[in-house]
Amino acid sequence: MFSKESRRLVLAHFWVAFAAFFVALLLGEWQMYIRSPLRDWIGNPELYYRSVTAHGSAMGYVFPTLVAMGFGYAIVELALKQPLVGRRWAWTGFALVVLGTVVAMAPVSVGLASVLYTFYPPLIGHPAYYIGIVLVVVGSWIWVALMSVNLRVWKKANPGVAVPLPMFANLAGAYLWAWTSVGAAVEILFLILPVALGFKSTIDAGLARVFFSWTLHAIVYFWLMPAYIAFYTLVPRAIGGRLYSDMMGRISFVLFLVFSMPIGVHHLFQDPQVGAGVKFLHAVFTAMVSVPTLLTVFTITASVEIAGRLRGGTGALGWVKALPWHNPMMLAVAFSFILLGFGGAGGLINMSYQLDFAVHNTQWITGHFHLIFAGAIVIMYFAVAYDLWPHLAGRALVQDGMMKAQLWLWFTGMIVLTFPWHVVGVMGMPRRMAYFDYTNPEIAPQAITVILSFIGGLMLVISGVLFLLVLLRGHRSRVVELPEFRFAQAVHPVGRVPVALNGYALWLALMIGLSLVNYGYPIAQLVGLKQTSVPAVPIGGSPVGGTP
Amino acid sequence: MNEPLFSLKNRWFTVSVAAVVVIAALAALFAFVWLPRAHARDAAASLWDAICSAAGAPARYRNPGLPDERAVYPTSVIIGSEFTGPVDSVAVGRGATLALQCSMCHGARGTASAGTNAPHLAGQPPSSTYKQLRDFKSGHRPSAVMQPLATNLSDQDMRDLAAFYSQQQRETLVGHAGVQVEVPRIASNGSPMRNIGACATCHSPGVARVATPIIDGLPAPYIADQLRAFKAGRRANDINQQMRNAAHALTDQEIDVLAKYYASR
Repeated sequence: MFSKESRRLVLAHFWVAFAAFFVALLLGEWQMYIRSPLRDWIGNPELYYRSVTAHGSAMGYVFPTLVAMGFGYAIVELALKQPLVGRRWAWTGFALVVLGTVVAMAPVSVGLASVLYTFYPPLIGHPAYYIGIVLVVVGSWIWVALMSVNLRVWKKANPGVAVPLPMFANLAGAYLWAWTSVGAAVEILFLILPVALGFKSTIDAGLARVFFSWTLHAIVYFWLMPAYIAFYTLVPRAIGGRLYSDMMGRISFVLFLVFSMPIGVHHLFQDPQVGAGVKFLHAVFTAMVSVPTLLTVFTITASVEIAGRLRGGTGALGWVKALPWHNPMMLAVAFSFILLGFGGAGGLINMSYQLDFAVHNTQWITGHFHLIFAGAIVIMYFAVAYDLWPHLAGRALVQDGMMKAQLWLWFTGMIVLTFPWHVVGVMGMPRRMAYFDYTNPEIAPQAITVILSFIGGLMLVISGVLFLLVLLRGHRSRVVELPEFRFAQAVHPVGRVPVALNGYALWLALMIGLSLVNYGYPIAQLVGLKQTSVPAVPIGGSPVGGTP
Repeated sequence: MNEPLFSLKNRWFTVSVAAVVVIAALAALFAFVWLPRAHARDAAASLWDAICSAAGAPARYRNPGLPDERAVYPTSVIIGSEFTGPVDSVAVGRGATLALQCSMCHGARGTASAGTNAPHLAGQPPSSTYKQLRDFKSGHRPSAVMQPLATNLSDQDMRDLAAFYSQQQRETLVGHAGVQVEVPRIASNGSPMRNIGACATCHSPGVARVATPIIDGLPAPYIADQLRAFKAGRRANDINQQMRNAAHALTDQEIDVLAKYYASR
């Protein structure tokens, strides 16, 4: 069951997402180019920050949100096997996201809002930028509501039946996003917009940063959700195996919901406005997120092993050789796990209060989140698109070397991009810098690493082009009649599921309760402190051009 | 499927809520009691101060002996850039006249004679002398001798005196010349395990930090007395408790060794 109207809806989401992704990808590589010794200084740092703002906003707010939304709509029809309820609302949400993107990007593109996607108060850009972001978020909230409504409709029609894992996981992402986006929404509506609109001239930057941290960590888990849904419900089927445990999947998703929310203060380890005790509390819960992550790694590895053994692999490692390595989904999950491993190891360093001092605000951090998001997560977005595309377009996806080359290039390109970043970060190169003078003997040894990263970025651009080509060819190839779309089946068929793991009431209560415990005190204390506002720093006006 | 979720009979409910509460309570215990206790041991702060600091509540130092807002801050002096440039020769001249009333203890040209145990002022950075005079006058640094003497000085007087003394050369006192004392490790390396920084980090003639006196050659009883005052909290005009934190963990014997060493330089 996948109606034509819904397919069009999902395709619209995916195409806008991938278009935004590709533009942002080009901007990222341009940034790498002008930071490198390959290019003379462009003379105007504002151009660089303009590009970083567009890159971050498109990659952080637009691309993953649209992928999650599109994938979510597809899951409703494919997993619940019922027509999507509220399709017109879905188009309204989509329109809001697109409108928000345009409204936000207009001031960015003319240099009136080069504040980076994390907003950085007391920097204040053009109000249209923030209003655009709010529109994107409101559009995505419509999706959250629709996911909830569709599940309710299904539950009414299927009383007592276990919610299919894809839809259950989909709801985890939706609820997580609904709650975590509240932080940035409060920051924009109550702290930033009054200043951007000219009602106030000062802003409490410390409080604003705490609100942003509310969003900043769990948003990554929102980005992660489509990738994790693919791990559990697409990978085992695509490589000819079985999901090792449906129950483990449910437990992982509810744990993500509870633990990924109240931990954002680890982004503020170096911020003086938050006490060390609060930071410790958040570090403890950050460590707790490793529990569902490792549950997933073990469950998916076991599922892949089942596929290997079903294909005749034997012995301790023989099943690895027997895996279908020609299958894009197999390649994608292997690459994703490797990048997740490196990124996760770096993350453990970042979450350790003392070690973080050494890498704070260096290129190391940029390397870390590119490994996790642009690496482990985005590569699974590619795999999801490849898996769904024939069902969306109704045409065969040409299975030649291009898909595999694309995945290989993305994987190696991401390593060549981020490993030098980690090295140069430890050498002390700060992130968010527009210009480096490599003739200075102090930083001359860093020059080579930046050139390497530029080459890695170039590989990513080529991979991005190949990705779009594969999808475009998927609209022009021969029409196929496909069997019904299936999600992965568990080794033990899902029968009765405990009521706690068939809905979200308990986990939402824990998520909200824990958020209030971990954030309530620091927010209340900062709100109560007097004389904490600083003069806003307006960004924009005519940039001063010229060459040095 | 019809079992109630929010019920004590549902083990998913009880176990998951209990687990989250236990983790949160243990983490909070570590964050707000155990870690602050460990910190409080190494710094001159009370356990309550340490807990407030862990919670991010800005605790202000309160000097109970002082009224109103003067009690809140360790000093009321802000050292500006005017102290980093060359010294005005007119100020030096005025300072020389004013210094006539200080010569009884601090010597005619800023080197105290043996036996008075007053600190030498010759060659001290002007910001240092100025800050101490201001603190004496405001009461941030209590002293039965200096407080009445500083009361009648205007702000400009204090600047002039500081300028004058900064231009004088310290004379080597008989009895100190040529005495070699081994450099104590505390002075050169500090004691990292006890959270004591090296004295030389700030108190070296070459460091030239503002409002930081040169302690070379000061009388040993004076140095020892000041360190004990910082240790006991009797002297509290150091910004961010720098000296109180450094002196807090020093033993009596170490104080004597340091005083002797710096007096011999």
